[in-house]
Amino acid sequence: MALLDYLLGQRKKKTANLAKDRLQILLAHERSERHAPEYLPQMRDEILAVISKYVEIDQEQLQISIDEANGFEVLELNLVLPDK
Amino acid sequence: MSRVIVVTSGKGGVGKTTTSASISAGLALKGFKVAVIDFDVGLRNLDLIMGCERRVVYDFVNVVQGEASLNQALIRDKRIKNLYILAASQTRDKDALTQEGVEKVIEDLKADGFDFIICDSPAGIEKGAQLALYFADEAIVVTNPEVSSVRDSDRILGILQAKSKRAESGDEGIVEHLVLTRYNPSRVESGEMLSVEDVVDLLNIPLLGVIPESEQVLNASNAGEPVILDTEADAAQAYTDVVDRFLGEEKAHRFLTAEKKGLFKKLFGK
Repeated sequence: MALLDYLLGQRKKKTANLAKDRLQILLAHERSERHAPEYLPQMRDEILAVISKYVEIDQEQLQISIDEANGFEVLELNLVLPDK
Repeated sequence: MSRVIVVTSGKGGVGKTTTSASISAGLALKGFKVAVIDFDVGLRNLDLIMGCERRVVYDFVNVVQGEASLNQALIRDKRIKNLYILAASQTRDKDALTQEGVEKVIEDLKADGFDFIICDSPAGIEKGAQLALYFADEAIVVTNPEVSSVRDSDRILGILQAKSKRAESGDEGIVEHLVLTRYNPSRVESGEMLSVEDVVDLLNIPLLGVIPESEQVLNASNAGEPVILDTEADAAQAYTDVVDRFLGEEKAHRFLTAEKKGLFKKLFGK
């Protein structure tokens, strides 16, 4: 059976690569949350309230983050508006 | 100058206590005066790993609460000179420790001339783990090459960088070291296990050492002896390297590749 395993093993998907890819995405996400300012959740809620006055939106659809790019702090707000 | 070192991981069962026991023993063997403190109040285990479970009269909580002196509670190791153990309480809960109480014990140990104070952290990120790391100058983050352990180590790194005394006072941050335990080179080579490079890349902290998965670790804990004393074992030699590197020696990493199997064994062996 070892012979079969050995031959099949060559073609099996490498789960270690899968683990690394998943962790890379997860850790980046968790680190950005960790470094986010404390006011962010409340600001998110208030922005949502303002937008919902004018358009109907799915609350889960709003993504908001603060990143640093080229020496600037960038507030990024991502929202998909519903079809008309 | 005393150095306070926390051995931490977030996740349980990755080898914190095994690592604390071996590093403390290794440092004491080098002639340093070492105290190792079990912060896992309610679930003490360091005493068992160090083989002094029947000699615990007073514990860490007794000292913090003023019911015993530090000298009464420190257990002198029977094998190694200059190695002392402070056991956790078995009967109290985690709230029995206070920040002021822990600080006093650490300051008293420094005043007693201890070179190294090793804080064996409980698992988790709650109060016990936070107290264990709060006064640390350096941190040894114990990680297994496995997804949940790597994630939890990253969480604990965040806490080291935000909630330690050094972080709060704006001093230089805690010096971080990675010790990767339960490493299985042949599984790494077959692509089933994260490699040491992968983990270093993900956590982005300097590597202090890799401890291979070893049957001797269980044998050592059965016998109540830090595995570093079993000098024939791979894991012991790897821990000895860790101690040497910790003390500033340059040493190449060992036990990173699998034993080469012959073709016959590869095809027909197990």
